[in-house]
Amino acid sequence: MRVPILKQGNYLIASIQSALSDEDLIQLHDDLAQRVGKYRSKGVIVDVTVLDVMDSFATRTLRDLAQSVRLRGAETVIVGIQPEVAFAMVQLGLELGNVHTALDLEEGLELMGGLPV
Amino acid sequence: MTVDTRHIPIRSDVDIVEARVATRALATRVGFSSTDQVLIATAVSEIARNIVEYALSGEILVAPMDSGRKGVEIIARDDGPGIVDLSKALEEGFTTRRGLGMGLPGARRLMDEFDITSKVGRGTVVRMRKWLS
Repeated sequence: MRVPILKQGNYLIASIQSALSDEDLIQLHDDLAQRVGKYRSKGVIVDVTVLDVMDSFATRTLRDLAQSVRLRGAETVIVGIQPEVAFAMVQLGLELGNVHTALDLEEGLELMGGLPV
Repeated sequence: MTVDTRHIPIRSDVDIVEARVATRALATRVGFSSTDQVLIATAVSEIARNIVEYALSGEILVAPMDSGRKGVEIIARDDGPGIVDLSKALEEGFTTRRGLGMGLPGARRLMDEFDITSKVGRGTVVRMRKWLS
């Protein structure tokens, strides 16, 4: 299922609506990298609230996504990682590297506003 | 209440999602906490992806355990190429593909019991369990 991407001012908001397959995640990466250029966006927020599993592949894809977006001149904030998912990620030794995170969409937008882009 | 065993054929990345959903649903019915449900579903996701990446197709069985102690048992089976060096495959960070090398060691870390047998040219069987605490 394709993730809807909403343009709001200088930002793009990708709200994941359901569990995603690997292909869906790769599609999201490609869509965002492309649209950051199309809309000259300064920031991308990826809302993962509905994801109840973030395994090694999902984590790596989100990290790659943030890196691609950064190379395109914008910043990424991942919002909505659930407490159980965070716990599982720590147990697995998964890290998002230097990717920004925020509790929810509201805090993500606030954080984005303060980022030097 | 009886909880039925689930059998999920694994052929593509879409089946990985299916395996996760089925596992979480079963873990919920066995009585696992939401934290444990996510740990178990994540372990299943890792081993299901290993099947898709290395063996192309296989199957995952998720079964409730209720002989004195409650829990869940997961068996992942494939007829793939098998694993030449098992101890290496269980090392963290070791991968021959696009993954992070987290699959097997990661799943092992998330579960209480983990056992793997593999025959080169015949396939691999992963058996793992988590007990209700």
